[in-house]
Amino acid sequence: MDFFIQQIASGLTSGAIYACVALGLVMIYVSTDHINFAQGEMAMFATYLAWAMINAGVPYWIAFGLTIAVAFFGGLFIQRVILKPLEHAPVLALVVCFIALLSIFNAIAGMIWSYTIKQFPSPFPSHDLFGNGLVSVQQLGVVGVTLVMLGLLTVFFRFTTLGLAMRAAAQNPASARLMGVRVAWMLALGWGLAASIGAIAGMLVAPIVFLDPNMMNGILVYGFASALVGGIGNPMGAVAGGFIVGVLENLVGSYVIGNELKLSFALVVVVGVLLLKPAGLFGRVIVRRV
Amino acid sequence: MVALLEAKALSAWHGPIRGLYELDLTVEQGGVTALLGANGAGKTTTLRALCNMVRRAGTTTFQGVDISRRSTEDIVRMGVAHVPEGRGTFVALTVEENLRLALHTRRDKAAAMRDRDLVFGYFPILQERLHQQAGTLSGGEQQMLAIGRALMLAPKLMLLDEPSFGLAPLIVREIFRILRQINEHEHVSMLIVEQNAALALDLADTVYLLETGKVVTSGPSALIQNDEALRKSYLGY
Amino acid sequence: MTANWANKRGVGAGALLAWAGLALLPLIGFITENTSFDYYMYMGQSMLIYAIAVLGLNLLIGFNGQISLGHSAFFALGAYTTAILMNFGGWPYWATLPVAAVVCFLAGLAFGFPALKLEGHYLALATFTLAIAMPQLLKYKAIAGWTGGVGGVLLDKPDPPEWTGLSADQFLYYLCLFCAMVLFWLVFNLLRGRSGRAIMAIRDHTMAASTMGIDIARYKTVAFGISAGITGIAGALSAITVAYVAPDSFTLQLSISFLVGLVVGGIASLPGCLIGGAFIVLVQNSAQSISDWMKGTFALRYDVPAWAIYGVLLLALMYVLPDGIAGGCARIRAWWTTRGRREAQ
Ligand SMILES: Nc1ncnc2c1ncn2[C@@H]1O[C@H](COP(=O)(O)OP(=O)(O)OP(=O)(O)O)[C@@H](O)[C@H]1O
Ligand SMILES: [Mg+2]
Repeated sequence: MDFFIQQIASGLTSGAIYACVALGLVMIYVSTDHINFAQGEMAMFATYLAWAMINAGVPYWIAFGLTIAVAFFGGLFIQRVILKPLEHAPVLALVVCFIALLSIFNAIAGMIWSYTIKQFPSPFPSHDLFGNGLVSVQQLGVVGVTLVMLGLLTVFFRFTTLGLAMRAAAQNPASARLMGVRVAWMLALGWGLAASIGAIAGMLVAPIVFLDPNMMNGILVYGFASALVGGIGNPMGAVAGGFIVGVLENLVGSYVIGNELKLSFALVVVVGVLLLKPAGLFGRVIVRRV
Repeated sequence: MVALLEAKALSAWHGPIRGLYELDLTVEQGGVTALLGANGAGKTTTLRALCNMVRRAGTTTFQGVDISRRSTEDIVRMGVAHVPEGRGTFVALTVEENLRLALHTRRDKAAAMRDRDLVFGYFPILQERLHQQAGTLSGGEQQMLAIGRALMLAPKLMLLDEPSFGLAPLIVREIFRILRQINEHEHVSMLIVEQNAALALDLADTVYLLETGKVVTSGPSALIQNDEALRKSYLGY
Repeated sequence: MTANWANKRGVGAGALLAWAGLALLPLIGFITENTSFDYYMYMGQSMLIYAIAVLGLNLLIGFNGQISLGHSAFFALGAYTTAILMNFGGWPYWATLPVAAVVCFLAGLAFGFPALKLEGHYLALATFTLAIAMPQLLKYKAIAGWTGGVGGVLLDKPDPPEWTGLSADQFLYYLCLFCAMVLFWLVFNLLRGRSGRAIMAIRDHTMAASTMGIDIARYKTVAFGISAGITGIAGALSAITVAYVAPDSFTLQLSISFLVGLVVGGIASLPGCLIGGAFIVLVQNSAQSISDWMKGTFALRYDVPAWAIYGVLLLALMYVLPDGIAGGCARIRAWWTTRGRREAQ
């Protein structure tokens, strides 16, 4: 039983991280209809920036905030400068572009910081929550940060007019323009947010898996799986999907297939959801009367 | 009277295909101008060209300012509200969110809240449907919502593209009555595209008749209403 | 638009010349004193192998419009099929090639079937996942007895037949060249025929193709299968020429190299596949010198890795030469031939 609870706890922890990655993917998908294959490497790169700052003596939380800000402008930049010219390009060109970004980020991180793994500090103590060895403060912290972020995003999209404008631009760009919304900037904003969220995911996961340029490879795949499970256009769904996938992965890993096939499990989830339930578990069907 | 909107030699293209040929068009301050013509005459294209939504040439001035090269968003922000063909409803947003979207571009939040009450005054049904997903509204309600959204922008000029499209005659008459009120009480000038020529001629003071991207004739609506030959050949009644 | 060449009769003189040139290259070995000549032959093998892999991918992406980032997995499957047959079955290298092709063809069919329902980004996503999952799958303990787990499988390089008088690398070069010629010829004929037109019609106008009575599902799955089979042969050849297979050679990065080859050579261009294959190997081999040159010229503090070069190149190509080198050449030729007419006007 204890083992089971531990598995659930660690499943929720990884689930929280998958949820962050999935949220970033959803953010970009919703605003531009693209699936960003570079999301993982962008997060990894941002995490290295945080690592460099912390190493230079910047206090953790300041580095945390700064990294989020830098990632935001980085995402904005990528959309405005690199992706803008490909606005009307076919899907293949975009996929190639994302793959190119993935390679570039990976290579540059390896070039500057080398491929040896690095320790990344955690802001949370690693000791037990109740002293019974089941749940650690660290795990609670990771889940907490994710939930807080989800809360902030929900407030942003529900209650601010900027968030509303972003949703409108994603749904019906032509009509949004006629309401005076600068649609191009809304897309860039979506990328900026996605990059920030990704940075958070990277900084949360780095203390657990250690920092290296390929750190996000597998996690990105789980992020895809989570986003798909939740319905790729739905932020709440993405988070729920993250937790579901995280827990399932741990249970399936410990009780059924062993830890060495976890990525194949993600593959099965991805292909399975795409085939059987493309709208995901929580994909909201939009009623439309013509 | 002073010209609020003035287009000179307006041309437009859809990809390689030309849709408009050097059109001249004026909307007077406070006036209602109607743009009539058969299907495919280029009415929608004209409205889109005025807002820079298609590739176009020629000059457009709004309140004396050249807007030929402004972006659609900027033109809207200057006070041109375009109620598009097909209503442009944000189907997944609620009615309230559809209306609140205008606050994104407005600084005077208090005035915006007054405008919201104004919209509810004209279209009480929207207040009843406030938290309903806009995609579930009926066609007539969506048309009211589209006009409501435009009103929320506190426009000086409204471009209306077939507000009667697909609606029952009773609702059409109701909407035209409200449009007249908006024109008179809120001092919003209008450029209206319509298939329903009789109603449009009633509402408008000036009319342009369009055929295959060119103006066939234009003038005060009373004149055109009384010109039987013109009416028979172009307006079909 | 693209692939008008497919309507031409027969193989052009240019293609014949190119293949003849490639066939004559190893003969330089008999007149050169250069001690690294065998290494050049080895590079030639890699180029041809990549060209075959890119050919497989091009059939799918370029001609059929289905995006795959997972071809490294089929490449791996071909390589492991050959390695296992040679190592445990004692099969001769040449006999493993058709088996690898069939195994990968079936695997491609199996993956192509679900892929039917996926389009554009989603297919890319599913195949991306496949590419990431593959190395881990190959390391799986339960099959480590066959695959050698993390360590992989070591093979013996085949000896050339005595009578040829060729060195091992010259001989393997000819093996790769032979396979490449056969496969290019097969694809060329496939694309020229009815099936080829159907495959391309699906890419250009899916809706129209279905109303024309083309069985889209069948053509798409079969295209996926053939594509995987071709790439699988490339994998098998790589196992034979490298004489070693290991899970970590078949990562997403391998898929990315294929994509680089595809984009550089030219989407939906057969000659482009050869150009692309050569390009991949050239960049990999000269990455160090490119890096040194850039360090010197721009006073960089760091080494510039090949992947950064690939990445920047991919981006740049999407902007300036979206149809690759072959497409660029075709445009120059078109410009050249219409020049007279323009001047006359
Ligand atoms: N997106 C487009 N691409 C190509 N041609 C177009 C496009 N939009 C309109 N056209 C063409 O331009 C011409 C004018 O179209 P427009 O929509 O302006 O007509 P309209 O007067 O609004 O007609 P209706 O009363 O049917 O709405 C038509 O011939 C139409 O086919
Ligand atoms: Mg119209």
